[in-house]
Amino acid sequence: MAIKIYSKYDKVKYLRKEALPTALCPGCGGGTVLNAFANALDELGIDPRDIVVVSGIGCSAWIASPYFLADTLHTTHGRAIAFATGVKVGLPDKKVVVISGDGDLASIGGNHLLHAARRNIDITVILVNNFIYGMTGGQVAPTTPFGAITTTSPYRNIEHPLQISETIAAAGASYVARWTTAHVYQLISSIKKALNVKGFSLVEVISQCPVQFGRRNKMKEPAEMLRWFLKNSVPLAKAKKMPPEELEGKFVIGEFVTRERPEFTEEINKLIEEVAERYGLGDEDAD
Amino acid sequence: MIIRGDEPEQIRLLKKLYRPGNYFMQGNEAVAYGALFAGCRFYAGYPITPSSEIAETMARELPKLRGYYLQMEDEIGSIAAMIGASWTGFKVMTATAGPGFSLMQENLGYAVMTETPLVLVDVQRSGPSTGQATKGAQGDFFQARWGTHGDHPIVAVSPVSVEDAFWETVRAFNIAEKLRTPVIVLFDGVIAHTREQIRIPDPEDVEITYRRLPENEEEAKLPFGDPCGDGVPPMPLFGHGYFTHVTGSTHKENGLRDVYTPEVHDRLVRRIHRKIESHEEEIQKWEEYFTEDMDILIISWGVSARPSLGAVLRAREEGIKAGLFVPKTVHPFPGKRVRELLKGVRAVLVPEMNLGQLILEVQRYADDVPLRGVNKIGGVPLRVDEILREIRGVA
Repeated sequence: MAIKIYSKYDKVKYLRKEALPTALCPGCGGGTVLNAFANALDELGIDPRDIVVVSGIGCSAWIASPYFLADTLHTTHGRAIAFATGVKVGLPDKKVVVISGDGDLASIGGNHLLHAARRNIDITVILVNNFIYGMTGGQVAPTTPFGAITTTSPYRNIEHPLQISETIAAAGASYVARWTTAHVYQLISSIKKALNVKGFSLVEVISQCPVQFGRRNKMKEPAEMLRWFLKNSVPLAKAKKMPPEELEGKFVIGEFVTRERPEFTEEINKLIEEVAERYGLGDEDAD
Repeated sequence: MIIRGDEPEQIRLLKKLYRPGNYFMQGNEAVAYGALFAGCRFYAGYPITPSSEIAETMARELPKLRGYYLQMEDEIGSIAAMIGASWTGFKVMTATAGPGFSLMQENLGYAVMTETPLVLVDVQRSGPSTGQATKGAQGDFFQARWGTHGDHPIVAVSPVSVEDAFWETVRAFNIAEKLRTPVIVLFDGVIAHTREQIRIPDPEDVEITYRRLPENEEEAKLPFGDPCGDGVPPMPLFGHGYFTHVTGSTHKENGLRDVYTPEVHDRLVRRIHRKIESHEEEIQKWEEYFTEDMDILIISWGVSARPSLGAVLRAREEGIKAGLFVPKTVHPFPGKRVRELLKGVRAVLVPEMNLGQLILEVQRYADDVPLRGVNKIGGVPLRVDEILREIRGVA
């Protein structure tokens, strides 16, 4: 059965067949993200041998690990970006991609996200934001909309969500964009840009979790959630002209920042050359 | 092999930068130079007293050797970055103290489970909590052993002097590489900040090991198998097109997760234990003084082994037959040798800068012999006369 399901998929060559079918629930946005990532690589013609995928813990960490056929490092909860930092320093010519969720990257791992952006290390982060801790049963997250119902905010969420893309754009990333799983072509295009940017790039994908989030918030069907995304998405240019109270509960989509800033691994290698010169450690004879 | 890649170039750089001979330096600096000579070319750390000079020395020296110093945002990030870098082929190290060591415990377990070579230096300071942050102690004996959760083996070495710190760090790297496992250097704030003479060797006289790499595609497909029969699988590094999958979840020999089959977990965790246990004799190291002929045995480690030796020498002058056993490998503890030594001994003293930790390990091997701890806390090391008084008390 499983073989038939994936053999129809034209990007199957990017997947680890022995790990399929995926553990993602029916209707999960994770498949859309994996598909967008595979399409982006395909369009760029990147060999998966030139990619290392790093992920943390949670449903979204599973999107590319173990399913994506590349070197994959499935790490501890929240630490994917810190692990990826070591990988990138060791393999500066490879594309290092972190795919994980909002709880993993923006809550427990928020500090690593912030500092990787500040360092502007050439890592691409695809952060799948489904507003909820899905794998553990639907608990409130720092991304859960104000007023939403979850298993640990059973009456209503009294906290306000973190604006991840805005925060990371401010922290110094080279490229930041936000889309939803209802904006697949824009998403593919942004992932491509993110992979090509020299520096830290973040693509935040608002994604549906009908099982743990939608079900408790009057959107049982995945399609209802996608319609909710479309209805409430506001392009960045328009959002800039709107008063903050009107933006409450909206999803601002688009590219938040594209800029050139010195990149960390280039800087550290430049420093090594400088030190070699300063101490006369060049390739001349040891004597 | 010092590092992956350019071996003669590294020897050339080491020779050019560090002339063999006698130096006067701090324990922390000796740890850093030991790491550099052992081939460490990636360090990720976070400042913490009393370990910071290790980071400072690495930050200064690593770029000269074309190595990388990263200051991370916290200790959790430090060990994470190290593990990532180790999978690209670097020999990696970090140094910390009690509070940072506590933060690293989760990822230390990850390194055990994913069989990632790394060296973690814990410059023990007085705890619990912030305690006496600038003072040395020996309170992390069991944090090193059981700090991370679940069944796991661990290797920890503990130097007794500045020169020893250099060589024990080299040894820690060799064990980590040979057995594809994290190794802890259980150092202490006293020797870390003690300055004394150390002989820096010719880099070519330092014996060093590099991890086993897969010899063919077949071996590369079993990053967590046992193709060589000694429990230590070759490590298929990232970036070589092996499509290696590494996870802290229970995994099969090919690296793919399987958390549902009891036998898979049993097989994996028992092999990880077996690979350390079957190499115990190679890993274990200790020093003995006057143990051929003794009534009283002193067992001590790290900084406390020094006044212990002083006390044993003084006791001998007084005609008391005292001997000293100093484990340099504290985990796995050389219990077999201790059991042999205990035959015919009347009493055992265990001096240490804590309220009794090594003594609990010794107890497992001491069936009938009375044990007594010589314990001191407060940040000041034990003195010769304090230990001698206890020796006289049991003589």
